[in-house]
Amino acid sequence: MSTSLISLAFQKSKREKRPALLTYTVAGDNTKKKSLEILNSIANYADICEIGFPHNTPIADGGQIQTASYRAIKNGIKMRDIFEIVKKFKKNKNTKPIILMGYYNMIYQYGQNKFLKKCKQVGVNGLIIVDLPWPDNMQFAKKCKKNSINFVQLLSPTTSVERMKKIINNSHDMIYYISMLSTTGGRLKISPKNILKNYFRIKNMIKKKKKYLVIGFGITSKNISSFKISDGCVVGSEICKKISQSIKNKQNPVTNVSNMVKNLKRKLI
Amino acid sequence: MKKIRKGIPLIDQHDKNGFWGKFGGNFIPETLKKPVEDLTVLFEKLRKDKKFIKERDYYFKNWVGAPTPFIKLENLTSYLGGAEIWAKVVSEANGGAHKIYNATVHSLIAKRAGKKYIVGDTGAGYAGKMLSMAAKKFNLRCKIFMGAKDIKRQKPNCDAMRKNGAEIVPVYTGSQTLVDAVSECMRYWVSNCDTTHMCVGSTVGPNIFVKICGWSTSQISRELHLQIKNEFGKIPKKIKLINCVGGGSSSFGFWNEFMHYNKKQFEFIGIEAGGPKNSKKHAAPLTYGSKIGILHGAAQYVNQNSEGQIEETESISAGLDYPGVSPLHCFLKDTKRARYSAATDEEALKAYQLVTKYENLNPSLEPSHAFAEAIKIAPKLGKDTIIIVNSCGDAQKDRDILKKRLGK
Repeated sequence: MSTSLISLAFQKSKREKRPALLTYTVAGDNTKKKSLEILNSIANYADICEIGFPHNTPIADGGQIQTASYRAIKNGIKMRDIFEIVKKFKKNKNTKPIILMGYYNMIYQYGQNKFLKKCKQVGVNGLIIVDLPWPDNMQFAKKCKKNSINFVQLLSPTTSVERMKKIINNSHDMIYYISMLSTTGGRLKISPKNILKNYFRIKNMIKKKKKYLVIGFGITSKNISSFKISDGCVVGSEICKKISQSIKNKQNPVTNVSNMVKNLKRKLI
Repeated sequence: MKKIRKGIPLIDQHDKNGFWGKFGGNFIPETLKKPVEDLTVLFEKLRKDKKFIKERDYYFKNWVGAPTPFIKLENLTSYLGGAEIWAKVVSEANGGAHKIYNATVHSLIAKRAGKKYIVGDTGAGYAGKMLSMAAKKFNLRCKIFMGAKDIKRQKPNCDAMRKNGAEIVPVYTGSQTLVDAVSECMRYWVSNCDTTHMCVGSTVGPNIFVKICGWSTSQISRELHLQIKNEFGKIPKKIKLINCVGGGSSSFGFWNEFMHYNKKQFEFIGIEAGGPKNSKKHAAPLTYGSKIGILHGAAQYVNQNSEGQIEETESISAGLDYPGVSPLHCFLKDTKRARYSAATDEEALKAYQLVTKYENLNPSLEPSHAFAEAIKIAPKLGKDTIIIVNSCGDAQKDRDILKKRLGK
């Protein structure tokens, strides 16, 4: 199998001796057009772009991403539009990896096979399904692999060592470590030092395999430089918040978010 | 298609992934995997623990007030003609509704788990009120998540919760009703699962919460089984058990003990909230053929659009105002063990008026939906048929709505 775009993005960051920067924005926030513009502009700095497909009963998202999701749904975003956004994005930036992130019901209603076919067609490189944990995701993850799509497994501070081993064995190129017990965007309630301690415990478990471990939940411009030593950092809620603020202050979210991501990147170098 | 098996409690008839047929499961974030697993291990241990059962029974008897009365509604029966109408007056339980069983059991489990905090969701406010009572009784700090719309329309229960020392957390997202309260409560648990026990207020949520709640409310049918035997000398040939269905905790508990009877002898009728007569919105996913989807960690029939967004519901009864329904009821529907239909807001109000006119009974808007069905079918049935309605809540909490709608 050829090396995935996701792996290539990590390899490039490694060569530059820094973690990969992963951003999360909600598709259709605040409009279809704007969210594509935001994506295009942040892709100049981000190594991997996560795009949320919004759901209206999210059980793991904090206030900022909820607000962004409701805004997008209210503006009428549909799965069809989300694929369209990815397709248009990929036309200009076909080497930038895109990971779709969301809740399983949306895929369930769309139909697993149809969904994966569409993902492949428009150029989606990875999937994060928040409420489809291992082992329930085994069959779906296998299907993803067949379609050359990375299924990103999640690990949390509550995941037992035994379970971690199994999940790592079933993971693809990228694994997502949830920094703390929290919904997305919570304030860091444990120190970066302790997060990294857990992080390296897991890193040691996956050492021999070519897999990359990113940290997410609670990462912001304020603390991101503490995680320079990791394979990758995900920032989501802070970006969604920036969009909310920009709308409120009648400013252009594209410039504001773009500046923010530029700054995040600088802090990782 | 999967069938109901004999000799095994229905709550245990799921596969190793937690599914009853196509329903249930554990669609949860990774962070909750461990707490859910811990809770599962603990519950399976406790339900086999004689000391724990003794403790449960002690509190059910001495604190909840078991058994709740089983009475014949003489006047309503003779007014309607036809079948005999009886009521299991579960609203006589401490606190005024069946939610006390689940709340008590969860609090006892929380104690055994060494947790100091307990959180729960509520729609009508009964689950919240009972959890606040149980938390107070068993010395647990309590937080209740409740939709802002429900806080407004169920004030008496909110007052009770605060009086019991619980903190009510208003939920402003989405439709500001039960569905959002459950989401917010789960989110809170994701962030605090190390110190906090979560009580899901009905037979919904990840597999273990469905099981614990069903196990707890089954007290209702355990009592009723004995009461029927005592009252009639033997089990009558034709009994219809009518119960309202929102999440489905009271109906499941009302039916469980009779699961293995032939359905011609014990028919189960679940009545969902049909919403206002002229509204397209409802809270009746079983009646109106909603598609299977995933809500709050479980696969179930749920009101949703073609994209998979959960739809807003509408019902006069906050306790039934939920877009999904217990996986157990989805399973009972598919196996045809129970049948489901809906009553509108107007029908429920009319039933409330009729019941309170003829009987010394004050059913809340939720069981009024069930009474609407009883009133509809009783005249068409023979005198040898026994209809039993679970009057699972007291209308005290509905006084503002009733005043507004009926002027009383």
